[in-house]
Amino acid sequence: MRYFRVFLTLALLAAPVLAGAQPQPSPDEFQPISQVPVEEQIPAINLVAAAYALVWLALLGYVWSLGRRLQKTESELTRLEAKDR
Amino acid sequence: MTTAVKVQLGLAAAMFAAAPWVINAAPYEATMGLVYKIYFFHMPSAWMFLLGAIVAGVASGRFLFGKRQASDATAVAAAELAVVFGLLALVTGPLWARKAWGVWWVWDARLTSSLLVFLIFVAYLLLRRFGGPGADKLSAGLALFGMANVPFIYVSVNYWRTLHPKTSVVPTLPVSMGIPLWFCVFAFLLLFLALLSLRATLERQRARVDALYLSLDEA
Repeated sequence: MRYFRVFLTLALLAAPVLAGAQPQPSPDEFQPISQVPVEEQIPAINLVAAAYALVWLALLGYVWSLGRRLQKTESELTRLEAKDR
Repeated sequence: MTTAVKVQLGLAAAMFAAAPWVINAAPYEATMGLVYKIYFFHMPSAWMFLLGAIVAGVASGRFLFGKRQASDATAVAAAELAVVFGLLALVTGPLWARKAWGVWWVWDARLTSSLLVFLIFVAYLLLRRFGGPGADKLSAGLALFGMANVPFIYVSVNYWRTLHPKTSVVPTLPVSMGIPLWFCVFAFLLLFLALLSLRATLERQRARVDALYLSLDEA
């Protein structure tokens, strides 16, 4: 009961603040523009850096994965050949 | 690892390390500015993707119709490389398109057919991994189908309306843009050849491991 009273008091105190923070009413119609607004444009340098970083990381990752798989198979092959003799 | 593969890997690593300076020296493009420089990694990735698809298709044809077992290892290696380089082309392309076109992706003939071939080679690898006995022949047929799409991808930009640059861009590049492009193409090609050789070796070793397990079971 005590917790309920605390919650109620907080809710009443916060009500005017929450009422003021209501979302904007939805627009009646959409207005088309041909260009992305400047503040929403992604800087080219971010995209270029992301592209190059991705290529580098993916290729390094693939070379590393291939090296590991080769090592694993080579050791398995050596073990089996020794067993086969 | 053979000496040729070591040389290819070393040279490719040196060229990849030098690539940022070479690309930085290239001028900006008049309408796209800085973002077009993604092209220097995007286009070689796309070419290696198509090369991987062609090698996988030819090797699969030799395996299916010529009964050459060794070609199967080359086909698997090339298919895996087609997926790796295809993924790079399909991710770097949208990063460039977002700035140049204002959208990440358009469903035009070039992009859609590239995605389709990429998915065909993903299916190839899944079939090899989980297909069980006979999957080698089924996947070889799939690789032939994937290869058949390559000429369509290449010419699609010239026949259908698209935002993608046409094939005429490369031959008409000024020297200052052509040098970094061909530098990167050569680096990617060296890496592709080295990785193809290593991956085919892995496949042959796996076949040998399987054969040894069988002979040990029979003994």
